[in-house]
Amino acid sequence: MAEATSAPGGDELVDHTASNDNYLTHGKGILSWLFTLDHKRIGVMYLVAILSSFFLGGVFALVLRTELWTPGQTIMTADTYNKMFTLHGAVMIFLFIIPGIPATLGNFVLPLMLGAKDVALPRLNLASFWLWLVGATVAVASIVIGAVDTGWTFYTPYSTTTNTAVTAMTLGAFILGFSSIFTGLNFIVTIHKMRPEGMTWFRMPLFLWGIYSTAIIQVLATPVLGITLLLLVAERTLGVGIFDPALGGDPVLYQHFFWFYSHPAVYIMILPAMAIMSELISVFSGKHIFGYKFIAWSSIAIALLSFLVWGHHMFTSGQSGLMNMIFSALTFSVAIPSAVKVFNWLATMYKGSIRLAAPMLYALSFLFLFAIGGLTGLFLGSLSVDIHLHDTYFVVAHFHYVMFGGTVIAFLGGIHYWWPKMFGRMYSERWAQVSAFLIFVGFNLTFFTQFVMGSHGMPRRYYNYLERFTAYHQASTVGSFVLALGFFIMAGYLLHSLVAGEKAPANPWGGATLEWETTSPPAYYNFKNEMRAGDPYDLDALRWDPSIKGYVRKDPSSVLLSTGEES
Amino acid sequence: MSDREHASNDGMAVDHHFENADQQYQSAKLGMWVFLTTEILFFGGLFVAYAVYRGNHPEVFVFGHHFLDKNLGALNTVILICSSLTAAWAVRAAQLRQIGMLKLMILLTIVFAFGFMGVKAFEYNGKWKHGLLWAGQYDPHLEDHGETSHEVIGEESAEDAHIEIVTEETIVEAIEAQPAADPNRSTIEPAAEGPAGLAAPDLVAADETEVEIEPANAQTYFSIYFLMTGLHGIHVIGGIGAFAWLLLCARRGDFDGGHFTRVDMVALYWHLVDLIWIYLFLLLYLID
Repeated sequence: MAEATSAPGGDELVDHTASNDNYLTHGKGILSWLFTLDHKRIGVMYLVAILSSFFLGGVFALVLRTELWTPGQTIMTADTYNKMFTLHGAVMIFLFIIPGIPATLGNFVLPLMLGAKDVALPRLNLASFWLWLVGATVAVASIVIGAVDTGWTFYTPYSTTTNTAVTAMTLGAFILGFSSIFTGLNFIVTIHKMRPEGMTWFRMPLFLWGIYSTAIIQVLATPVLGITLLLLVAERTLGVGIFDPALGGDPVLYQHFFWFYSHPAVYIMILPAMAIMSELISVFSGKHIFGYKFIAWSSIAIALLSFLVWGHHMFTSGQSGLMNMIFSALTFSVAIPSAVKVFNWLATMYKGSIRLAAPMLYALSFLFLFAIGGLTGLFLGSLSVDIHLHDTYFVVAHFHYVMFGGTVIAFLGGIHYWWPKMFGRMYSERWAQVSAFLIFVGFNLTFFTQFVMGSHGMPRRYYNYLERFTAYHQASTVGSFVLALGFFIMAGYLLHSLVAGEKAPANPWGGATLEWETTSPPAYYNFKNEMRAGDPYDLDALRWDPSIKGYVRKDPSSVLLSTGEES
Repeated sequence: MSDREHASNDGMAVDHHFENADQQYQSAKLGMWVFLTTEILFFGGLFVAYAVYRGNHPEVFVFGHHFLDKNLGALNTVILICSSLTAAWAVRAAQLRQIGMLKLMILLTIVFAFGFMGVKAFEYNGKWKHGLLWAGQYDPHLEDHGETSHEVIGEESAEDAHIEIVTEETIVEAIEAQPAADPNRSTIEPAAEGPAGLAAPDLVAADETEVEIEPANAQTYFSIYFLMTGLHGIHVIGGIGAFAWLLLCARRGDFDGGHFTRVDMVALYWHLVDLIWIYLFLLLYLID
């Protein structure tokens, strides 16, 4: 592969590849996108699709918060409200947050970090995207057929008896599950088989460890959701009676099946966020990551423990006391690897030269919000406290602190970090900071009030509420609109950057992982030369070059694979 | 081993993102194994459902399995094992570039698969006639076909003399004698009280006396039976499609250069389908 032209000329090489041909301009027309096998284009298509779902789910959320401005009816009937919160949950979970980081940033960045030309199975990658489109279409079509009102968990027996379009929605989620399995399978194979020379398992960037752990869960847990949803569909269409007590079945068995997937699924959501965090914290603290092996192993530990804690969703379902105790104890044990990560990130920041650029603002937000989300998880894992807090707004707030404060915030950090690489343009740093601030304030206003409400006994999913909760609900609704304002500003400056942003250098932040060694945006085949991996966190190997407003390697040949042909 | 595989895979066009044919082959193989893992977990949900209901209501499974024909199940097991042999042989033929043998083996595998589905269709038909269907459609009407339900079990198993002949009358009598076992009423216990089936010695005793009384919720067995064999059958049909595709590839000359990855992957899938059937045979047909 290494052509005779690849003399180790360093900066020249980088400039040389910065010819006009990059992956964005390589082919023209919509079909060159829809049928591309290029991981970068698939990643960008996923990004558009997933952010559209996020917008849709966000609109549902704003509608819900508006309805809750006053007790009783504000803008919609109770039936519509039930459908709205179900759609908000289902769209956000199945369309947005589960595929979210792996399918977008993972697809784009993973092969680049490996110095590879593509993922191992590019056709499967495209199939995954198409399955996502089909699944999303079926799921969204259910809104037209008769929007589901069961909540995103589709609990039996209500889900087998309601006349809303549960079948369409669950079939959509079933198809989306296969999309997720294919993505995970692809990443496992790619990481196993396509690492470059010099990249042993423990010299992989931690982003890859996080994505790899996520992929393990995707592959092992998602099939169980598949069969569960298939059984639910069979229950509704044929009456197989597995979950129907009238036919000798057991509705609680559905909960076991559902949470056997859906608890690991929350780690499908959070692990890639933690993966991004390790990159951001190290780069923007200007320091080598602290405790590399601990962070790597803790990802694997979280992936394995995630399969052993599903029963904590069912403390009040009539499970035996012994099972409750075991599940409670195992739930606490998840706190250990999570805390290991947080402490290592803090230790990385200690005495670092911290740059408060937009990605780092999100990383700091993550630390703050995830700590609250994680610690309130321990409240809910304690049996006695959970009996009081079960099905209250406290659970809603905890979930959003972890999933929004954790995953979405880290996702935003990742988007800001890799945006220059993806599109070759810098966004407005000033507006990015304004938006990050609004999102942080709006988020806390929205959800911290829900902790208070919940601990005072406000049940979740209720249409109506007692007068004394009005102030909390109104504060929460105001917060949600502040949050929305932050997102609109973000959409504005990011879209603006695409047309009018400053051209991005190859390495604007000083990251030492391989994706920064190619041009921004990358060439169609990613790298001109064959790459060799060094220490992914050796930030001292880079220096700031004011002439290109970016970082360059002090010794560019250190990441190039030297072959006999060169000399 | 890998040297030979590498050597014989040389005829394959290497995709642009791989360094060599071996890396491409190894990637495909790992991908296939991971996919088979997901398949096992996919079926795993049904195996768990089986375990839960058999653990809680063993009498339902003992009762239900008498309506399956062990000989037909065994026949299908033999058919699938033979098809696994021909599938493995096809891989070997592809490696050795024996295209004629490859086509023959693929064809034989497809024939076996159709044979399996034929026997399965015959069995399903019998269940359909007697209303021995999944819970929602469960409506046994054994009197339509002979005096006893013994015929449902099938002619070949007539020598299974130790199975008591069950008539509608004995069932009705038995139900009247045991008012607790009202088939029209769900007897599911609250989960907090633990698995009732295991805690009830009289029910365990029932299958030792060999007098077959229709227990409550007998339909659960047939739900599980149709779900498991149905999902397996869909996989067999998928396998037929995959082998048909291989046959087209072979006719087109894709394997002339010794490129056997596709044959190997489909065969791996087929072995899993075979293996799952062996478990289904043991768990559904051979209960005592």
